[in-house]
Amino acid sequence: MSARRRLLRAAALLAFLGLWQALTAYKVEAWVRFDHLPTVLQVADALRTQLGTAVYWQDLAESLRRICTGFALAAVLGVTAGVLTARSRTAADLVGPVLELIRPIPAIALVPVAIMLFPENEQGIVFITCAAAFFPVTVATRHAVRAVPPRWEEAVRTMGGGTGRVLFGVVLPGALPGVVGGLSVGLGVSWICVISAEMVSGQYGVGYRTWSAYTVLDYPGVFVGMVTIGLLGWATSGAVELLGRRLTRWLPTAPAGVRG
Amino acid sequence: MSLRLTARGLSVGHPGQPVLRDVELDVAPGEVLTVLGPSGCGKSTLLRALAGLLRPTDGELLAGGRPLTGPGADRTLVFQEDGLLPWRSVRRNVELPLAIAGLKRTERHAPVTDWLGRVGLDDHGDRLPRELSGGQRQRVQLARALVGAPQAVLMDEPFGALDPQTRATMQQLLLAVWEKERCTVVFVTHDVDEALLLGDRVAVLSGGTLAALHQVPEPRDPAADRSALRALLLTQYT
Repeated sequence: MSARRRLLRAAALLAFLGLWQALTAYKVEAWVRFDHLPTVLQVADALRTQLGTAVYWQDLAESLRRICTGFALAAVLGVTAGVLTARSRTAADLVGPVLELIRPIPAIALVPVAIMLFPENEQGIVFITCAAAFFPVTVATRHAVRAVPPRWEEAVRTMGGGTGRVLFGVVLPGALPGVVGGLSVGLGVSWICVISAEMVSGQYGVGYRTWSAYTVLDYPGVFVGMVTIGLLGWATSGAVELLGRRLTRWLPTAPAGVRG
Repeated sequence: MSLRLTARGLSVGHPGQPVLRDVELDVAPGEVLTVLGPSGCGKSTLLRALAGLLRPTDGELLAGGRPLTGPGADRTLVFQEDGLLPWRSVRRNVELPLAIAGLKRTERHAPVTDWLGRVGLDDHGDRLPRELSGGQRQRVQLARALVGAPQAVLMDEPFGALDPQTRATMQQLLLAVWEKERCTVVFVTHDVDEALLLGDRVAVLSGGTLAALHQVPEPRDPAADRSALRALLLTQYT
C-alpha cells in the first residue's frame, strides 16, 4: 500500500475518533443525544485498565476459541455440503429442501434449540457460531463449484483422472476463489452470532462481558467490549482475506484501483 | 503406439434432436484426420464423443476395436483455449498426465523437461498460465497432451483463437512433433487450409452428418498442389 493511502486511512480513523470525542465531551444533544455516551478518552482509560486484568484476556481467549471451533466446523461442513449439492443431483434432492427451510432462520434464533440440544452452554454457543457461518459457506461453495469451467474437468478426465482427482485436483481448487468469499461473509456472521450468544447464555467471553458491563451501567466497559469485538473481527477477517489471496494467486489480477 | 478409432452409425445428442446423425468414420492407427465444418455442425460433439465425454445415443464407438466406455489416458484432448489448470504452473500442468498415471516426482522431471524443450518453453516452467501468451498456452496444452505418450490425440480447434502468424508457427510445430510421434490424430478446424495442410484425410461435417470424406494428395508436403481439393472443399463447406 502506498504511503498516501496509509496516511489517508490513518486520517480517516483519527477523524472518526475526533468526532466521537467532540460529540461526547461537549455532550451534544441534537435529537440524538451524546450526553450518556463515554468519550474516547474514558474508553481508552477503561481499556488500559482492563488490558492489565486477567479476566479481559480470558474473555478474549474464550471468544476466539469459540469462533475458531465453530467457524472451522462450518468451513468443513459448508464446503462439503456445497460441493455435494452442486455435484450430485441426488444429494441436492436429499439435502436441499431441508437446508433451504433452515437457511432463513437467523442463527441467533436457534438459542433455545441449542439450550435444549446440548448439555453445556459452551457447546451451544459453538453450535450457533457454526450454524451462522455454515450457510454463507455452503451457498458460496455451491455457486463456485457450478461455475468451474467444465473444460478443466474434461481435460483431467481425458488424462485418465478419476472422481477423486477431479474433486481434489479440479473442483476444489477451481472453486476456491468463491469459497474464500463465502468464508469471509461466514466469519462476519459468526462474530455477530458468537457475541449475541454469549450475551444471552455465556459465562465468559467478550459478548458476555459487554452485556454484563451494560447491566451495571458501566458504559466505558460496554465500549471496551465493542472496541474489542471490532478489533477481533477485523483481525480474523483480515487473516481469512490474506489466506484467500495467498491461495488464489493464480487469479487474473484485478485492475489497479479496485484492488484491496 | 497408435489407436484405431471407429464410429458406426454414431448419433449423439438428445433423442429426436441429435447433434450428430449416423456418422460412419474409421480413423486408421497413426492417421491424421482433420474434421472440417462451420460452427454448430457437430464437430466438437464428435470429438467429445471420441474422447468418451459424451455417450452415443445411437450407434457405437470403438477404440482399438473395443467398445469405448469412457474417457481415458489413451485419448487426450486439446482445447481451443483455457484447457490448462490456471493454478498450476506450466511444469505442473504438463506433468499432470504423468502424476495421474502414478509416476513419482523424480520420474516426471525428465519427460516434462524434454517436452517443454520440444515446444520451445524451456524457460517458462515456473510461470502460471495467465503469464503466457495465447500461443504459448497452446504449446503447453500440446506438451501436456503428448507427454504421457497417448495413442490418440483429439484436438478441438486448438489454434482457433490465435493470430495468423502464431497459428502458422504452431502448425509447423505440430507437423514437426507428429513426424516423431505418429499417434492417431483427430483435428477439428473450421479453416480449409489448415485442414488440408495437416490431414491425411479431410472429413467434412455439415448439419450433424458426415457430408464428405477426402483423401489429401501427398499429405503434409508443402510443395503439393491441392487447389482442386481446396476448391471442392469450399463448395462443401456450408
